[in-house]
Amino acid sequence: MYKYIIKRILITIPVLFGVSIIIFSMMYFTPGDPVRNLLSDTATEEEVDALREEMGLNDNYFVRYTRYMRGIFHGDLGTSYSDKQPVAEILKARLPVSAKLTLFCILFSVAVGIPAGIISAVRQYSVLDRIVMVFALMGVSFPSFWMALMLILIFSVNLGWLPATGIYGPLYYILPVCSISAAPIATIARMTRSSMLEVVRQDYIRTARAKGQTETVIIFQHALKNALIPVITVIGIQFANTLSGAVVNEQVFAIPGIGKMMVDAIKARNYPLVQGGVLVISVIFCLLNLFVDLLYAFVDPRIRFQYVKEKEKKEAAKS
Amino acid sequence: MMLVRKRKKHSQLHETWKRLCRNRLAVTGMIFLVLLVLTALFADFIAPYPYDFQDYNSTLQFPSWQHLMGTDDNGRDIFSRIIFGSRISLRIGFISLSIGATIGCVLGAIAGFFGKIADTLIMRFMDIMMSIPKTVLAIAIATTLGPGLTNAMIAVAISSVPEFARVVRASTMTVKDQEYIEAARSIGCKKSRIILRYVFPNIMAPIIVQVTLGIGVAIILAASLSFLGLGIQPPTPEWGAMLSASRTYIRDQWYMVAFPGFAIMLTVLALNLFGDGLRDALDPKLKR
Amino acid sequence: MKNEVLLSVENLEIQYITDDGVVRAVNGISFEIHEGETFGLVGETGAGKTTTALGLMGLLPEPQGEIAAGEIFFQGEDLLHIGKRRMRQIRGKNISMIFQDPMTSLNPVLTVGEQISEVIRLHEKISRIDAEKKAGEMLEVVGITAARTRDYPHQFSGGMKQRVVIAMALACQPKLIIADEPTTALDVTIQAQVLSLMNKLQTEYKTGMMMITHDLGVVAETCDRVAIMYAGKIVELGSLEDIYDHASHPYTKGLFGALPNLTTKVDRLKSIDGLMPDPIDLPGGCPFHPRCPDKMPICEREMPKDIEISKGHHVRCFL
Repeated sequence: MYKYIIKRILITIPVLFGVSIIIFSMMYFTPGDPVRNLLSDTATEEEVDALREEMGLNDNYFVRYTRYMRGIFHGDLGTSYSDKQPVAEILKARLPVSAKLTLFCILFSVAVGIPAGIISAVRQYSVLDRIVMVFALMGVSFPSFWMALMLILIFSVNLGWLPATGIYGPLYYILPVCSISAAPIATIARMTRSSMLEVVRQDYIRTARAKGQTETVIIFQHALKNALIPVITVIGIQFANTLSGAVVNEQVFAIPGIGKMMVDAIKARNYPLVQGGVLVISVIFCLLNLFVDLLYAFVDPRIRFQYVKEKEKKEAAKS
Repeated sequence: MMLVRKRKKHSQLHETWKRLCRNRLAVTGMIFLVLLVLTALFADFIAPYPYDFQDYNSTLQFPSWQHLMGTDDNGRDIFSRIIFGSRISLRIGFISLSIGATIGCVLGAIAGFFGKIADTLIMRFMDIMMSIPKTVLAIAIATTLGPGLTNAMIAVAISSVPEFARVVRASTMTVKDQEYIEAARSIGCKKSRIILRYVFPNIMAPIIVQVTLGIGVAIILAASLSFLGLGIQPPTPEWGAMLSASRTYIRDQWYMVAFPGFAIMLTVLALNLFGDGLRDALDPKLKR
Repeated sequence: MKNEVLLSVENLEIQYITDDGVVRAVNGISFEIHEGETFGLVGETGAGKTTTALGLMGLLPEPQGEIAAGEIFFQGEDLLHIGKRRMRQIRGKNISMIFQDPMTSLNPVLTVGEQISEVIRLHEKISRIDAEKKAGEMLEVVGITAARTRDYPHQFSGGMKQRVVIAMALACQPKLIIADEPTTALDVTIQAQVLSLMNKLQTEYKTGMMMITHDLGVVAETCDRVAIMYAGKIVELGSLEDIYDHASHPYTKGLFGALPNLTTKVDRLKSIDGLMPDPIDLPGGCPFHPRCPDKMPICEREMPKDIEISKGHHVRCFL
């Protein structure tokens, strides 16, 4: 199993490099002249050139990329165009907010999605199943920012129960978490349901019944353990939706996280900030995926023992 | 030989169609989509007002008989804008996705069929692209390219490529080991011919399903881009952009928020119902 | 050998309700199994053998499968009217079942030891540690080292998996084991091993066994009494000698006739013309008449009654 873990970690490293190349390239090829935007209209050509030289914008791709990567390893992600603050500092300040929000969303999605899927599968064709499936279908049919707006409309504007903007306390999390989690809950519920339905059909479930085991225990001990294995992968994919959802929804709820920072930076053509934001989000996503893959290895005994079996075969062949 | 093959394909299509029609939800989705396409085609005739007609005497009007969905802050009729918006959404949805799907399919087929170096190269690249969350990737691409409908379409198209590459690669690898491929190769078929005539027809099912569901995702992605100010610019009546503009007026003008969003939801819902129904119809092992 | 009657089945009818119609899988069969004897249930695929077994255990798939008529008595208890709880107590402890495909009968995410302990702990009040010890002992009984209780099913070969299943079935020393084609999925050499193991354990533990198979060779090796099933009905029933030496029903004769003979050389194997009828659409009268070489007009109209042609040898035929 340790081989599997090491292999996965080793694969992640070139992927992260690749991500940095892509992000850097995108920002490199962005049209528009940041220098001119920074200086006032009265700036002379020399001043513009001087600033460009100072910011290192005259160098070619490879030099700039190397400088960029070297900077990353020293924790330097560039300087924000607008307020000359180091990008890394800005990100550090804003990351906790987004991280908390994303964490709550993921926990909420799993806590609601998996039970919904189980209930739906166990009571297939019942009214409950139909309702869950309808909601699941709807959950992936609208953009999360619209749900955010509608929730605000209903709960803030009309009913006045919940706050619309900011993130100053537990109440402030409710609406954002609901709107961001809608799609992940839907997908997790559907996957859990279909996985359970497939597992329950398997022969080993019939064997368990033949042993005289009760249905409840069969569902939780036998079926669920098998059914959740593919669901783990789906949860990993949903991290992407949660992160993206946070980016867009922070804008709607005026939450001072990385997402809002990025969107504001885009409007202001503050590219180092955008670059830094995308990089951080991608790295987090990469690491989350790695975590999910490793979790997979622990949970599925067939993978756990994959390499052990090969060793046994070799030893058996020798003797 | 040719005749036998055609007849079998005919009945297969027929069988699938029959199964699809038995699914009432899928049929509902289909009907809605047909209506939507008709609306988009005949928008000029259906919409009571042009989408950019500004009547400053009747701004921010509540829904009435004259303005079925009210007016926005520039006095434009929202109902008409939603109708014209269907054109934009469908265009982005279909065109972007088709481009992304084609590129993805070609890459996936090459990776799956030729294996080894091509597979590793292509799939590593796809892994890298998939390491950036889709919306964030689209945002980054759209930022690089700048605002505009075409750039939004490119961003959405590129974001759709990895999924198709993955699906097609998996299907191709399964089909590649089938015996009819070996048979084709043994009679001297060129590799490109094998891919086109033998592999593709047999992997169409998951591709079709992925396309149908992918259009919905593409529409939402495009709406997200316009919502953030990237992509489509005013006065083009894209539903996401309309939602963005409605934010300032959320306190009193609920209709500005509700209707564009409903339009998106109904469209994508119809696509999802149809796509799900299609998936069940194409898969002979019906999940009871 | 005067042994007690363990299981008594009378006029059992089992049906499946499907969208395409009612599948009449079992149409009125009656037989008895005595303590310690091996009762063979023979027939082609689709004759209703597995359905009978599932019906006896109360494991018919719900909601499609149902027992339409008949009685099942096990050690005096009416299995059709005892309620789910009591049935669960009986399953695994008094009657246990061995299924056909060992590759899919075991839960891949639980260790072999856990699965055997499960059946022990379901029916006896012992601690987990003791149950695990007992599980190890059971493994030894079937010829697997006790140390392998910690291993997962995928680490065993097909034959060994089936031994694990046998260990599970015998763990609580049931009075009756129903074995549904236990060796069909294994190759011939392993088949012989598994069968001899089953025979040995059966004599040791004095369990009754219902051996379901389509392989006449297996029957010859293991069974004391045999019933031949066709289209949901038992067409011939008797001791091993009755069936093998004095086969009376045309179908039985056809089955034996189809066996290749080691000594005589023939140009073509004698097969029985036609196919087993579709259980949704059974022919009137004797179900075998469309294929019967000795058919008479009455065979098309009436179902032949059960006739006892010698002690314990029953046939359903007009001849």
